[in-house]
Amino acid sequence: MSDFTMPSLGADMESGKLVEWMVKPGDTVHQGDTVAVVETQKGAIEVEIFEDGTVSELVAKEGETVPVGGVLAHVRTAGDKTPAAAPATAAPAPVEASPAPASPAPPAPRPAPAAFARTGRVKVSPAARRLAAEIGIDPEGLIGTGVDGSVSLADVELARSRGTKAAPAPSARRTGFDPAEMRKAIAAAMARSKREIPHYYLASTIDMEPALAWLAAYNEGRPPTERMLAAVLTLKATALALREHGQFNGFWQDGQFQPGKGIHVGWAIALRGGGLVSPAIHDADGLSLPELMDVLRDLVARARSGRLRGSEIMDPTMTVTSLGEQGADSVMGVIYPPQVAILGFGRIVERPWVVDGQVVPRRLTQLSLAADHRASDGHAGGRLLSTIEQLLLEPEKL
Amino acid sequence: MTKDEIRKTALDILAGIAPEADFAALGDEDELREVLDLDSMDFLNFVTGLHEATGAEIPEADYRDLSTLQGVVDYLKAAGA
Repeated sequence: MSDFTMPSLGADMESGKLVEWMVKPGDTVHQGDTVAVVETQKGAIEVEIFEDGTVSELVAKEGETVPVGGVLAHVRTAGDKTPAAAPATAAPAPVEASPAPASPAPPAPRPAPAAFARTGRVKVSPAARRLAAEIGIDPEGLIGTGVDGSVSLADVELARSRGTKAAPAPSARRTGFDPAEMRKAIAAAMARSKREIPHYYLASTIDMEPALAWLAAYNEGRPPTERMLAAVLTLKATALALREHGQFNGFWQDGQFQPGKGIHVGWAIALRGGGLVSPAIHDADGLSLPELMDVLRDLVARARSGRLRGSEIMDPTMTVTSLGEQGADSVMGVIYPPQVAILGFGRIVERPWVVDGQVVPRRLTQLSLAADHRASDGHAGGRLLSTIEQLLLEPEKL
Repeated sequence: MTKDEIRKTALDILAGIAPEADFAALGDEDELREVLDLDSMDFLNFVTGLHEATGAEIPEADYRDLSTLQGVVDYLKAAGA
């Protein structure tokens, strides 16, 4: 038997409110499964479990606020020899608990997926969720006709055409986040950063022409769904560079540097309505560029709809902020503690540049590093920037 | 599709991307990226939505034609949508 506890989803988190259980007693769970939704200052987070087993008891109730480390549920793990384990395996928790009616029920208008809609979490496609939020419908109250019973855009459209007005969505997970609470979380983390971390700053100008030319050639002839963004190249170059410069990938804890286990790049995502989150892209150095694009697309969509996972909030080993096309030319970042570095890519601008003795127009970006002087020195920081620059000059190798 | 249908399709897609925006105040000649604060991921999602709704290929080189709502309508009409 082991305890599933309230995770720490941020340096200053003391407690979290359990918004929703996604499992019930008797359910089989596997490592990495999302089992609960917890409301934090950063919005609603889907919390994963990190072992295999069977849920034996839900200790915390929905709506309850539980301190970090407090028990949420008891889980029977494979090693347990409790007799109760036998029947549990004999009857693997009925995932579809739809009570089959003895008498023939009148045919529902859309029968098949209804069973899904009654069992725990209702899957809603991101597009459907957005539209539902926009027109004020609770998508989880609809009957899904999409793959595996998920609520699709068409279902929301149908509900709209029928004039469905469900009750206003009650839980925080659908409203995403509370800007005032997120402001508090950012204030606490950034004040701590500037109070505790002796930052030093470096910047380099990087010629993005080779990377952008390679990208344009890659995207040409591909449908929009398969195209990549320049951000994917900068992300991959950063992750590969961190392999060589491990002193920027990790945490300052207990008076010393602790290297990160893996390269989990936190990607800063601005949220509409203010605020930002920097969820982790796990093992970014090992992903191909198209894989990174898929991860990034999914991550941005979930960050903005309030569907991030606990591990994504907890795991970043370094952060990258990319200012985008509407942003400023450069940024001097504030390190997110206990990380020891943040890299910033400025807006890509076309400027005169000297190549082989000739002044030519080139698309450039300002790459900056803010790093913790307790963990590294400027000389090492300069080498990190130089490695990223070299990688971006040979995009075909990324 | 008529021009009005294309316009409505484009607005529906944008509403999904920027749900907080006031589309009543969006002029046909307004710069979409600037007025709606679209980043490159948002814009790619917009292009993807238009592609799926109309079948138009919309190569990257043509993105500049899609900078305004009027531009989107004219471009997609010319592309046979």
